[in-house]
Amino acid sequence: MGDLLFWHRLQFGFTAAFHYLFPQLTMGLALLIVVLKTLARRTHNERYQELARFWIRVFGISFAVGVVTGIPMEFQFGTNWAQFSRHSGGVIGQTLAMEGMFAFFLESSFLALLVWGEKKISAGAHYAAAWALFIGSWLSGYFIIATNAFMQHPVGYTVGPDGTLQLASFWRFVLNPWAIVQYMHNMMGAVVTGAFVVAAVGAFWTLRKTHSEHARLNLKVGVITALLASILVAFPTGDMQGKVVAKYQPVTLAAMEGRFHSGTFAELSFIGQPEVAKRKLENPIQMPGVLSFIAYGTFSSNVKGLNEFPEDQWPTSIELLYYSFHIMAGLGTLFIALMLISALLLWKKKLDGAKPVLWLLMLAFPFPFIANTAGWMVAEMGRQPWLIYGLFRTSQGPSHLVHPGQAVFTSLGFAGLYVVLGLLFVFLVMREVFQGPHHTAAK
Amino acid sequence: MEMLWFWLVSVMVAIYVVMDGFDFGAGILHLFVAKSDTERREVLGAIGPLWDGNEVWLLAGGGAMFLAFPKVLASGFSGFYLAMFMVVWTLILRGISIEFRSHIQDGLWRGFWDGVFAFASILMPILLGAALGNVLRGVPVDGTGYFNIPLFTSFGVSNPVGILDWFTVLIGVFALVTIAAHGALFLAWKTEGPVHERVKGAARLLWPLVILLWLLSTVATRTVNPRIFSAFPHAPLAWLFFIVYLAGLALVFTGIRKERFLLAFLGSGAFIIGILATSAACVWPVMLRSTLDPAYDMTALNSSASSHGLSSGLGWWFIGFVIVLCYFANLFRIHRGKIKAAADGDGY
Repeated sequence: MGDLLFWHRLQFGFTAAFHYLFPQLTMGLALLIVVLKTLARRTHNERYQELARFWIRVFGISFAVGVVTGIPMEFQFGTNWAQFSRHSGGVIGQTLAMEGMFAFFLESSFLALLVWGEKKISAGAHYAAAWALFIGSWLSGYFIIATNAFMQHPVGYTVGPDGTLQLASFWRFVLNPWAIVQYMHNMMGAVVTGAFVVAAVGAFWTLRKTHSEHARLNLKVGVITALLASILVAFPTGDMQGKVVAKYQPVTLAAMEGRFHSGTFAELSFIGQPEVAKRKLENPIQMPGVLSFIAYGTFSSNVKGLNEFPEDQWPTSIELLYYSFHIMAGLGTLFIALMLISALLLWKKKLDGAKPVLWLLMLAFPFPFIANTAGWMVAEMGRQPWLIYGLFRTSQGPSHLVHPGQAVFTSLGFAGLYVVLGLLFVFLVMREVFQGPHHTAAK
Repeated sequence: MEMLWFWLVSVMVAIYVVMDGFDFGAGILHLFVAKSDTERREVLGAIGPLWDGNEVWLLAGGGAMFLAFPKVLASGFSGFYLAMFMVVWTLILRGISIEFRSHIQDGLWRGFWDGVFAFASILMPILLGAALGNVLRGVPVDGTGYFNIPLFTSFGVSNPVGILDWFTVLIGVFALVTIAAHGALFLAWKTEGPVHERVKGAARLLWPLVILLWLLSTVATRTVNPRIFSAFPHAPLAWLFFIVYLAGLALVFTGIRKERFLLAFLGSGAFIIGILATSAACVWPVMLRSTLDPAYDMTALNSSASSHGLSSGLGWWFIGFVIVLCYFANLFRIHRGKIKAAADGDGY
């Protein structure tokens, strides 16, 4: 049984992490495509229109992979987590069904118009299609976050006569305060990814001395958006997320920081290795009071350590949780620094010649993907050992009649299929990036 | 309320089969009816802007089932574990084969994706048909509300059953031929020239075969699940849908004879919806029939979410449904008329 739970978790975790590489890019790009098309309409600069076309092609490839890797996620609720679905479908079925009706139909019926339809419909209608994809993909994000927020901080439910969870208040469930905070934080993270990719392609073309006009506009739009999003993802949204975790999941906060003892003026650890067996953080480099401030707004607040909680409430992989959080927060800080420097150079009109910074911008694009993945690992491993926080343990959730032979088979199948999908995606997008924007010139 | 959701889920699944059905039908036929790259692009151009929206009916139908009948979803999805992943992987292959093909103008690249597209399009209706066969035959769900069956056992319809046996495979083949015939009519409506001539021939060949398999499947269903036929006389909705599907079948043959392929295509849509809805009306309220004991049947009445959840869902569902109909009306309006592959290589 323990073996089976491991495979169910591995499969869901792997397919979810792989899937989310694509929506974070498409949600970020959807906003940037709207920005580019708006700028094209305002400035009548044809370069913006050509750039929009270029990014729409990348968006199309990314969206296709996002769609096909998203379908397994929906199915896995039933296939791999049957007991969880039976227990909570009366509540979370709402948001998952709403995602289909309100987001997927909107996205899918405008996608082909956006990607292939520019010559078939008017410029205004094509602009509307860009908005439709932006709204659809961001709505989709909300429904998924609201579903996840129920697992993090269940509200708006009641326990039915058979012990399963049932909807008590639709609006309390949909407007879960956790969902609103998590959504803002998550969407800013997606914009960081999209903007870093746009800036990286701008830096790549500039360094290769191709498509110089498009490259300049890519850098401008990418760097400004990335700077704004990098700041917003940390403050206020990341800060709010931290306070929500401190309020509703204090044991998770302690584990994220590798904090075992309680006390006032709690330290923020920049680095160090949690040694769970000895209940201490090795080689810590810390700043006193900062964790108290981040969690509760004053330097003197008491932040509880893991020692205050029974071990069966502790997250199950404290080490990985600790590193995920520190990788996310560390990268987030570096993002702000890099984009501040780039924006300053952009403002001084010196970015085009600043080779070292262009190299950094070009090579930086994988890191927002890592930071976003790490952020979700914090959310999901921080929730452990609960599947629905405080109500339903992860060990209660899997499809218990599925045997490990089946779960290993499908996990390996996904591994193989996704390697191929990933390679194809990289190949097709690289091809677009090398070809650049000109070849799509329409009309 | 449970009955209303039972029908909403059934209707959404039926719409899925009709809508994505013509995509799969096009995929089954395209290697045979479209020979050159231009002709294949004509076929892909006909379904390209539509397939993704069509596929959402499956996700939306699944979502509605999750909302209204979480216990059935949990039991069925985990019970058909391996078959479910075949469906998922097939959908992955189908989606990327359409979307990736057009990006590179190269014979090998496109030939490869054409093959993948055909493979996925052939496999999917067989799986969907076998799924329907399993629902009609029943599964060994017990008092706890769970089961798990292998892909196949002895290919017999008595316990221990597998997902594939002679009956479910028969329904799978019936689905494959019907979906191919349905897709032929869609393509006949949307194309012209050599492709049009070939799909016309395919439709003339396939539809008599549909009738034959339909009769065979009906007789087989009677032996496997006699309860369905004893319910039929007392289910007025079943009579209504029975008339819909006979009328659909008449339209198909009239449409083919008079070369009015939109009419024939609508007829084949009515045939598919009618046959699924008649089955739904006859099995009501059973959603998962137990082969162990009728007392273990999972029904719309004993496996639903709370009435508050069902009524909350109903409110937004109707708003959403009206919006979705507008999207599809708009989509079919923009892509109206015969499809021509763009000469400059743009599009699918």
